[in-house]
Amino acid sequence: MARNLVTSLPEVAIRLNQEVSSWKDAVRLSGEALAASGATTPEYTDEMIAAVEAHGPYIVIVPHIALAHSRPGPSVIADGLSWVSLVTPVEFGHPENDPVKVVIGLSSASHETHIATMASLAALLGDSQRRAELLSAKSVGNLKTLLAAYA
Amino acid sequence: MQKIVTVCGMGIGTSVLLKMNVEKVLRARGQEAVVIAADIDSAPDVAIDAALILTSPEFETQLNGLQADVVVISNFFDLAEIDSKLADLVSEL
Repeated sequence: MARNLVTSLPEVAIRLNQEVSSWKDAVRLSGEALAASGATTPEYTDEMIAAVEAHGPYIVIVPHIALAHSRPGPSVIADGLSWVSLVTPVEFGHPENDPVKVVIGLSSASHETHIATMASLAALLGDSQRRAELLSAKSVGNLKTLLAAYA
Repeated sequence: MQKIVTVCGMGIGTSVLLKMNVEKVLRARGQEAVVIAADIDSAPDVAIDAALILTSPEFETQLNGLQADVVVISNFFDLAEIDSKLADLVSEL
């Protein structure tokens, strides 16, 4: 069954207006939010950080937004999304898309199951005007209203 | 049908988003191909019979040496960039 972004993103996985001092802390918050929603174990957070250390900052997929994730494995309990917005943007080291204001955490139980969520995410990230609105969302209600447009 | 593989570090995030945008570009061009997302470790096996590999600059050197042409996409959401980089190559598909 297709799941839209609002149902994929429970309130416990949303952390708005956070203050962090490094990209690692930003990714750590997105991992803690995934774990709080029951999607992952705490080990997944370490894997997400290790992925950036191993492969570089390519997860900053569009200007100011990073898609933090690892891969299916023992630390993944279910498909999940988390959303962390930062008061003070942080540098990931990306040549074009820094600084990062929002970290979207992603977990996937298999390579196939989260395709509907990813299609919605692709539509959202590809829309630069809506992206600008999302980056400035200051309340959970505001964020959910914006996400609801991407069924 | 020819095969295109999109590659990122983990195979579930950015490569899936790139796959979706490549499919969108191909549809707009009226062309068809099988597009598969893969992680960098499995990419050599997944892409063994592929015509094209699309990836970000970080992974280019790890993918050279395969039979498939490797195309670097710097902005995965710039459909015009994807379209122009595919233009020379998909005519062969």
